[in-house]
Amino acid sequence: MTDAYPTTRRRRVARVIKHVGLIIVCLLMLYPLLWMVASSLRPNSDIFTSSGLFIDTFDFDHYPNGWDALAYPFSTYLLNSFLVVLGSVIGNLISCSMAAYAFARLRFRMRGFAFVAMLVTIMLPIHVLIIPQYVFYAQLGWINTYLPLIVPKFLATDAFFIFLMVQFIRGIPRELDEAARIDGAGHLRIYGQIMLPLMVPALATTAIFTFIWTWNDFFTQLIFVTKPDLYTVPVALRSFIDAQTQSDYGAMFAMSVVSLIPVFLVFLFGQRFLLRGIATTGGK
Amino acid sequence: MSALGEFRNLSRSRSRLDTAGKQERSRDNKAAAFFLAPWVIGLLGITVGPMIASLYLAFTDYNLLQDPEFTGLDNIRRMLTDDRLAQSLQVTFTYVIVSVPLQLAVALALALVLDRGIRGLSLYRSVLYLPSLLGASVAIAVLWRLVFGTEGLVNAFLALFGVEGPGWVTDPDTALGTLVILHVWTFGAPMVIFLAGLRQIPRELYEAAATDGASKKRQLFSLTLPLLSPIIFFNLVLGLIGSFQSFTQAYIISNGRGGPSDSTLFFSLYLYQEGFGSFRMGYASALAWLLLIIIGAFTALNFWASKYWVFYND
Repeated sequence: MTDAYPTTRRRRVARVIKHVGLIIVCLLMLYPLLWMVASSLRPNSDIFTSSGLFIDTFDFDHYPNGWDALAYPFSTYLLNSFLVVLGSVIGNLISCSMAAYAFARLRFRMRGFAFVAMLVTIMLPIHVLIIPQYVFYAQLGWINTYLPLIVPKFLATDAFFIFLMVQFIRGIPRELDEAARIDGAGHLRIYGQIMLPLMVPALATTAIFTFIWTWNDFFTQLIFVTKPDLYTVPVALRSFIDAQTQSDYGAMFAMSVVSLIPVFLVFLFGQRFLLRGIATTGGK
Repeated sequence: MSALGEFRNLSRSRSRLDTAGKQERSRDNKAAAFFLAPWVIGLLGITVGPMIASLYLAFTDYNLLQDPEFTGLDNIRRMLTDDRLAQSLQVTFTYVIVSVPLQLAVALALALVLDRGIRGLSLYRSVLYLPSLLGASVAIAVLWRLVFGTEGLVNAFLALFGVEGPGWVTDPDTALGTLVILHVWTFGAPMVIFLAGLRQIPRELYEAAATDGASKKRQLFSLTLPLLSPIIFFNLVLGLIGSFQSFTQAYIISNGRGGPSDSTLFFSLYLYQEGFGSFRMGYASALAWLLLIIIGAFTALNFWASKYWVFYND
C-alpha cells in the first residue's frame, strides 16, 4: 500500500463524520417542529408522555376543535392576517421601489443627507415611535382598524427594503436608462417600463420578507388591534393561551401548526429569493 | 455592500453623491420630489414627528385621557429608583450579551463546516435556515413554552433517564435560559450571511497559504476570520440592535407578565406594560428614549471597537 491511500481514507472518514454531525444538528433543529406536528395528532393524554415522534393513536379532532375554540372560527383570523399582509406587501412594493429609484438614479438636493436618514431609520427601534404613533392614530380614529398596520407601508417606512432595492438598481447598467432617455422617455416611464421589470428578483425578495415579517409580527398587531373579530393570527394565538388556561394542548398545537403553514409554504417556494436577499444585504 | 459598509463609504468620500451637472440637477429635483413623496411623508409623519413627540412626552405625565402634564425631570427621577426598570435592564443585558455572541458563534461554526463545497449544501442550508424564519412567531413561542414546561418535551426526554427536570419556564433561574436557546435556534439567518461572505474569499489565497505551509488552523485564524471580520461585525451590530428589542417570546412564555419573578422582563415588555397596561404614556416614552440611547451607545461602542478587530481589505 502506498502512502496516498491512508490520507484519502482518512479524508473520507472525516467527510462521513462531518455529514453525520450535520445530520444530527439538522434533526436537533427540526425536532421541536416535528414534535409539534406529532403532538397535534395525538390524544391530549399522550402529548407529554411521549418525547418521540411515533404516534400510537391518531387523534384528528384537535384541528376542528382548535378551529372553533375561540370567539370566532380560526378562518376569520387567517383572513384578517392575509388582508394585513396583502396590504403591507403592495404598500412596500410600490413605495420602496419608488424611493429606491430616486436614491439610486436621481440627482437631487440633500440626497446624501436623505440617504443617511434612510439608513438610520433601518436601525431605529419601533418602541421609540409606538406611543406617539398610538396617540396619533387614536386621534384619527384608526385604532381597531388595519390602517396603522398598512398605511405606513405605503409611506416606505420599512427602509430596509429601500436599501435592498437601491443595491439592486445600482447593479443595473445605466446605459439602459440613458438609451431610454435619448428616446425621450421621462423618469416615470423609465421607472415603470425599464426598472420595475428588471427589478423583479428584488421585488420578489421584498414581497416574501414582508409577507413573513408581517405574518409573524406580534408587537404592533397586539397594540393596534384589540377587538376579537379583527384579531390577526398571532394575536388570536395569544388569546389561546389565556382562554384555554392550557387544558387543550392538542388544539393549541394544531392551530400553531396551521399558523406556521403559510410561512412554511412561502419558504418552500420563495427560498431562492430569501437566501439571495439576505446574502446580498449582508455582504460587505 | 451592507448598510454598515455604506456608512463607512459616506464618511470616507462624499464625491459619489455630487457628480451631476447643474442642468441635470434641476430636472431631477422635480422627479425626486415625486418619487420620494411617500417616503418623505412617512419619514416626517410616522418617524421624525413621533420621535419629537415622544421626546416631549418623556417629560410629562400622560394617561391618554387627560392632556399631557409637564412634570420636568420627574420621569427621570423615577427611573433612578425604579426596581423593575433595574431588573428589566439586567434581564435584557444578560440576554443580549449571552445570546448574541452564542448565536453568532454557532452560525459561524456551521458556515465554516458548510463552506468547502460540501455535498447536500443546499439541503443543509435550507433546514438550518428554516427556524430563523419561524422563530419570531407566536406559534414557536407557544411551542417553546410547552417544550420547556414542567410536563414538556425536555422533561419527558429526561424522564427516560430517570431524571426529573424542573419547570424550565416557570423557574426564575432557567426561564431566561430557554429564551437564549430559542435565540440560538434561529442562527440560520446570520449563517447564510456568513456563507455568502465566505464565498467571496478567493480560493487562490488558501492555495497560496497552503503552499507556504500554513496549517488549517493557521488558515482559519490568519486568513478566513480576518477577511470575514466585516461580516462578523455586520451580524454583531444587527444582532445587538435586534435582541435589545426582543418582545414576543418573553411575552408569550410569561403570559405578558415577564415572570416568573420578573426573570424574563425584557425592557420592551416592561415598556409595553407601563405604556399599554398602566397607561403611563409619559413614563413609557421616557423608557423608549432610554432604550434608544442604550442601543445608540452600544452601536457606537461597536463601531469604535471595530477599528481594532475589523479588517477591511480595500
